[in-house]
Amino acid sequence: MAYQVQPRTRTSQIAGALAVGLVILGIILPVFASRTLIQDLFFILSILTLAQFWNLLAGYGGLVSVGQQAFVGLGAYAMFGAVILWGMDPVPALILSGVIATIVAVPTAFFAFRLYGAYFAIGTWVVAEVVRLSFATWKTLGGGTGTSLPRTASDFWGTAWVASLFDVRAAAARDIVTYWLALALAVATIGGIYALLRSKRGLALAALRDNFQAAKSVGVDAQQLKWLVFLVAAFGTGIAGGLIYLQKSRISPDAAFSVTDWTAYVIFIVVIGGIGTIEGPIIGVLVFWALQNTLSDFGSWYLMILGGLGIVVMLFAPRGLWGLFSARTGLQLFPIRRRLLSDHET
Amino acid sequence: MIWLDTIVQGILLGGLYALFAAGLSLVFGIMRLVNLAHGDLIVMAAYLILTVVSVLGINPFLAALIAMPIMFALGWLLQRIVLNRVLGDDILPPLLVTFGLSIVLQNALLEGFSADSQRVSGGALETASWNLGPVTVGIMPLLTFASAILVIVALNQLFYRTALGRAFRATSDDPVTASLMGIKPAGVFAMATGIAMIVVTIAALYLGMRANFDPTVGPARLLYAFEAVIIGGLGSLWGTLAGGIIIGVAQTLGASISPEWQILAGHVAFLVVLLIKPRGLFPRAFD
Amino acid sequence: MTLLQTQGLTAHYGDFQALFGVDIALDAGQTIAIIGANGAGKTTLMRSIAGVLRNAPEMIRYDGTAIGARPADEVMAMGISMVPEGRKLFASLSVEENLLIGTYGRKIAGHWTLDTVYRLFPILKEKRRVPGTALSGGQQQMVAIGRALMSNPRVLLCDEISLGLAPVVIRDIYAALPEIQNSGASVIVVEQDIGQAMKVATTVYCMMEGRVTLSGAPADLSRDAIHAAYFGAHA
Repeated sequence: MAYQVQPRTRTSQIAGALAVGLVILGIILPVFASRTLIQDLFFILSILTLAQFWNLLAGYGGLVSVGQQAFVGLGAYAMFGAVILWGMDPVPALILSGVIATIVAVPTAFFAFRLYGAYFAIGTWVVAEVVRLSFATWKTLGGGTGTSLPRTASDFWGTAWVASLFDVRAAAARDIVTYWLALALAVATIGGIYALLRSKRGLALAALRDNFQAAKSVGVDAQQLKWLVFLVAAFGTGIAGGLIYLQKSRISPDAAFSVTDWTAYVIFIVVIGGIGTIEGPIIGVLVFWALQNTLSDFGSWYLMILGGLGIVVMLFAPRGLWGLFSARTGLQLFPIRRRLLSDHET
Repeated sequence: MIWLDTIVQGILLGGLYALFAAGLSLVFGIMRLVNLAHGDLIVMAAYLILTVVSVLGINPFLAALIAMPIMFALGWLLQRIVLNRVLGDDILPPLLVTFGLSIVLQNALLEGFSADSQRVSGGALETASWNLGPVTVGIMPLLTFASAILVIVALNQLFYRTALGRAFRATSDDPVTASLMGIKPAGVFAMATGIAMIVVTIAALYLGMRANFDPTVGPARLLYAFEAVIIGGLGSLWGTLAGGIIIGVAQTLGASISPEWQILAGHVAFLVVLLIKPRGLFPRAFD
Repeated sequence: MTLLQTQGLTAHYGDFQALFGVDIALDAGQTIAIIGANGAGKTTLMRSIAGVLRNAPEMIRYDGTAIGARPADEVMAMGISMVPEGRKLFASLSVEENLLIGTYGRKIAGHWTLDTVYRLFPILKEKRRVPGTALSGGQQQMVAIGRALMSNPRVLLCDEISLGLAPVVIRDIYAALPEIQNSGASVIVVEQDIGQAMKVATTVYCMMEGRVTLSGAPADLSRDAIHAAYFGAHA
């Protein structure tokens, strides 16, 4: 009896086609969408990127970091620094965001990988605080009170072209460009993570997560994988941070390195959506956005509900909303497993 | 002599941090539970003391005495109803549940007490000082440090001289075998958190009298507390005191160079210690 | 008079079934032995009786009461103490503290006190302040037995107390058994060492793959019968 390895399922093929359609829709959206929608989508896509990277770290890599805000802030400040100190255009400066974040990730990993579990989590948080406090002393970039992007930088790459193409004012053009960048980043992130997880390395990651000792005994290099995952996450998070603060155009250490905005919310999104799956953060972001829209007038009540929801999900549905759904229906939109089919099944 | 003064201030500050950390050390040591809401629980206790003081018009120390059994009960219930469900090998569930709790607490306090800065009035004690020759020490910091020592001594007595303490240690080693001894791990854990909350109340008393507080200062306190516990090493309360002192002294030395360096210096000291000794200064032999 | 018995006892670890209807009986004052290869279900049986594993209530009866679903701390308080497989001493406790914690859930006046345990195993008195796990295997086993005795149990479950010990040490440990029996405890001994089991028990049960394959008085069991019951007829 011959066997075949089947990596795709019917559902995933349909989902794949749908995804392509959605992306195309996303690209042409600015033609008919309102500015508010574009701004909302920017927020959703950028947080989704952060969530996917945290999920890669914690859900697949087993590295529960409470310090990713360090890379958000670093990416943001790298971009601001390039613009203010060297007069660079903000958009190409985003690459620098990723690079600087990755560079700082190296000593961070060197230190943090000596710690495990809760110690690792707290260690990453402290590193983020050290970075935050250090930037607060750097007066050239605004010190503790922060700074804004210079006016010259607001005509960044693409804004002039978009303004004439869609016949909109400069501010709206900026929103559209950043939105497209966020869309590109989110698609690249999800595509990249999916590709990684389906590769040999991804298989090794899953094996490590399921049974550390057994994986190592068949030759999986745990250290190498941890480094890979950590640096990739730092790179992506850095770019996302730069992009987020390009859109805001004003930065301060407390905001850019906020543990609440860039870690707490992200963690809730991943957990409520479903940790350890690619679909989870997508669901989580949508739930988060819906909650924020309906409850944002309620200030602290909104946050209390969010916190309470996180607690309830963790207590009663630890695999998150997608986990519940997937367990009931057996559906996987981003299948990572390969099924073994015999002759008469193919 | 400015150095001596700075170091003494740092040591006494370490006492406050040790108080923040002692409850955490207890819970972390017994059940490996990372309670990210610990700082917010301290803040909540501070508001509780404040409320008792304003409602009953008594002095803060008496108010703390009244707040202690309330906090004990709250901690006991929290552990029994919520946290016992998430204990296990996976560190994510307790991390996330307590993270959620932290957010809920902060915002509940915001709703209840507004974001205004508050302070618990310590009366004459706040400014009283004691001239010891080369240095002058404030009575409040001295009292704080002395309380930290007392709490640690009391906790150690509990741990090493009582049947309950034996039960704590046994359950921490091996909950299943502990149940074979007639110990109910769930009950022991609830007791531990309850006792930790009593320590939290004492910490809150001194936090409230020392400086202004508002609903959002919890997470920073949590971080100092954790750093002290981790520097000290799992399971050692005196180690936690040592950790607190190291952070306190680092902070005051940093502040003497420049005020914005204070907190940074504390964190850097933590990272340096961990680089050299990843398991802390006095870890238990077995973990 | 039957003190403890199991009726059709089944046990599962998740989806995996470990016991398929086990019937054993312990009379007051008796010592019975459970023998079998690794994985036969002996420890699962002990853990079920001790309450570490929960079963249906009527599957285990003690003094007539159905205790199958009771948790370990309740079972212990009723007078069933276990010396767990692998000793399982508490590393954070000294030898003496390990002994003392044996009374946490059941404080009953009886033959066994700190003094009488020290008389049974004199070496422990010398090492009373040493951390529990810093002793040799045989000494740790003595602590584990002493710990279980401190609650003056009516039933003592000994799970593989000879595991990993040298023959001369095993002899010393089993030399303590008579005094334990005389103090009023009925004993269930789980052993891989068939010879030792046959020497101390009045009834022997042999288990294989979660079932009792043979039972009887040692004198009535032939080598071949035991061999077949222990390893399986086609071994």
